[in-house]
Amino acid sequence: MSKVKELPGEAIVTAAQAPSVRNSLAAYVQRVRGGDMGSLPAVLGLGVLCTVFAVARPSFVTAINFANLFTQGAAVTLIAMGLVFVLLLGEIDLSAGFASGVCAAVLAVTLTSAGLPWYVCMLAAVLTGVLIGTTLGTLVAKVGIPSFVVTLAGFLAFQGLVLVLVDEGTNISIRDDVVIAIANRNLAPWLGWALYAVCVAVFAAVQLRRAHNRAGRGLAADPLSLIAFRVGALALVAGAAVFVLNLERSRNPALVSLTGVPIVVPVILALLVVWTVVLRRTAFGRHLYAVGGNAEAARRAGIPVDRIKIMAFVICSSMAAVGGIVAASRASSVDPNTGGSSVLLYAVGAAVIGGTSLFGGKGRVLDAVLGGAVVAVIENGMGLMGYGASVKYLVTGSVLLLAAGVDALARKRAAATGLR
Amino acid sequence: MTPLLELRGIDKSFGPVQVLHDVGLSAYAGEVTALVGDNGAGKSTLVKCVGGIYPVDAGQLLFDGREVHVHSPRDAGELGIEIVYQDLALCDNLDIVQNMFLGRERKNGLLLDEDSMEELAERTLSELSVRTVKSIRQQVSSLSGGQRQTVAIAKAVLWNSKVVILDEPTAALGVAQTAQVLELVRRLADTGLAVVLISHNMNDVFAVSDRIAALYLGRMAAQVRTADVTHAQVVELITSGRSGDLGLKNGVTP
Repeated sequence: MSKVKELPGEAIVTAAQAPSVRNSLAAYVQRVRGGDMGSLPAVLGLGVLCTVFAVARPSFVTAINFANLFTQGAAVTLIAMGLVFVLLLGEIDLSAGFASGVCAAVLAVTLTSAGLPWYVCMLAAVLTGVLIGTTLGTLVAKVGIPSFVVTLAGFLAFQGLVLVLVDEGTNISIRDDVVIAIANRNLAPWLGWALYAVCVAVFAAVQLRRAHNRAGRGLAADPLSLIAFRVGALALVAGAAVFVLNLERSRNPALVSLTGVPIVVPVILALLVVWTVVLRRTAFGRHLYAVGGNAEAARRAGIPVDRIKIMAFVICSSMAAVGGIVAASRASSVDPNTGGSSVLLYAVGAAVIGGTSLFGGKGRVLDAVLGGAVVAVIENGMGLMGYGASVKYLVTGSVLLLAAGVDALARKRAAATGLR
Repeated sequence: MTPLLELRGIDKSFGPVQVLHDVGLSAYAGEVTALVGDNGAGKSTLVKCVGGIYPVDAGQLLFDGREVHVHSPRDAGELGIEIVYQDLALCDNLDIVQNMFLGRERKNGLLLDEDSMEELAERTLSELSVRTVKSIRQQVSSLSGGQRQTVAIAKAVLWNSKVVILDEPTAALGVAQTAQVLELVRRLADTGLAVVLISHNMNDVFAVSDRIAALYLGRMAAQVRTADVTHAQVVELITSGRSGDLGLKNGVTP
């Protein structure tokens, strides 16, 4: 290395990137102005929506409603997390909603008619998702049918499949305690705090370790101030959330106590971490971005493009299965409309509102969570305002269009400023 | 001196059209060999044969004096032959390091070893004295044409390659960027690589090359040392296949 250090190129390669809180902020502002807004619209939108609803309906800012937001948005968020993988390739999966319905129906049928234990039934549901994803992915990657058409066909066919599974329209109710607990029970308050402490500690440890390793190699590392800022921000936001969720939210605490973090929250968090690591830190994730950015370049680099595409659809449909399980748990039943009506559009909307591009190559799993929060707030807030389904659909449709418009305009702007 | 890369008697047809007739070409370590020729002379076809994209109909490929067979781009890569095509094949949404290691990422168990990749990419770029990029964690979409070309070349060099073939690297560049890329091409040869530069531009060819190989209608008209010829002679070789004593006699390789 010492020989290399003397070369004139070295200093200039690294000089400009020494990051600090201020430099990072400046770089972020520059990115946003260049059209790469990431999840900024989602965060701002969330702020505006929450303020409006809080002012219009004080009941919006109660502990019970805050907890409701999580259980209401969970299924859509989970489906959206899977959709991010397909959207990253520049493809679309219109069948994800009814795929979740099919998987939920499989869960319900195996639980009730077959009477199998809950873990077998959940595994069956997720495997159904894997099978659906493999089929869709193979048709898109190997046969070469546009994903729009394949998944539109799936959208119709799965609707029929759900009907077959639930015997032409009966409502199968679920009584298994474990399945019902997912969306209807809460962690004990102490467990919520313990989970919080572990999350913050692990986040801080990972950040510090990375900075330490990079500094040891002489690479530009994040300074302590920046890491402290990130860890502090996470600790503050998550701490506030845990605190509110641990408040008593029962109408009649003497009769039944209702406190704690809903169980879906750690489920979403765990999947968020897993998929983020897969996307950001594994070769598979890197190749997924590469295929979405420039499939021909990926192919020439020896990346098995077809296999990557199939995997993306498998992940998408499996996450739809997880979403279906949560939806079934929340409703404690499965009927022909599970995963139907607006679920798919809400999920696509969540991913896009969060900042995942419909053009491929840009997006994070976190986008789906942020966008899912926006969708949940809209649905919940409009409900509290007393608007019916008509207004809800109109507003959500407009928000989806707005998000896609922001995405397209950001792309144009980025092209104009030379950032893409 | 044995050429590092030598082609002998390469024939290639696409259906009834014979594109290459008995083409020979030598590229030496430490030298830039310019491959010139008019549109349709067969330059790109020849390069794709070397790169394993097209199979040849007849002829030999010698690498460091021994005969080798290249059936796929992977074979070429394993020998140490890297080709930078005109469209560069970079992913705009990835940064410089990610592009340089694309498809050959370094791993630490299941996870990517980002730090060692960044270190190696940085070392490669500084060995090439590349000082035009601000940060190697910049997205490729934010780079200029010359910088992209630089990244594509650095990507080719990263893999201990011995022969680097560049397909019209300056075709889409401005004056200053062209100068930068040519300087880089010269430096590649000076580090001991055999460089084959495909170009239309006589100024570029005379600026950096040690040898010139002129293709005319699918035949190798002449291979000469750059110092021994003039601009005008090379242009004649390109346009008519001969120039005085040099070149094809009656349209056939002498």
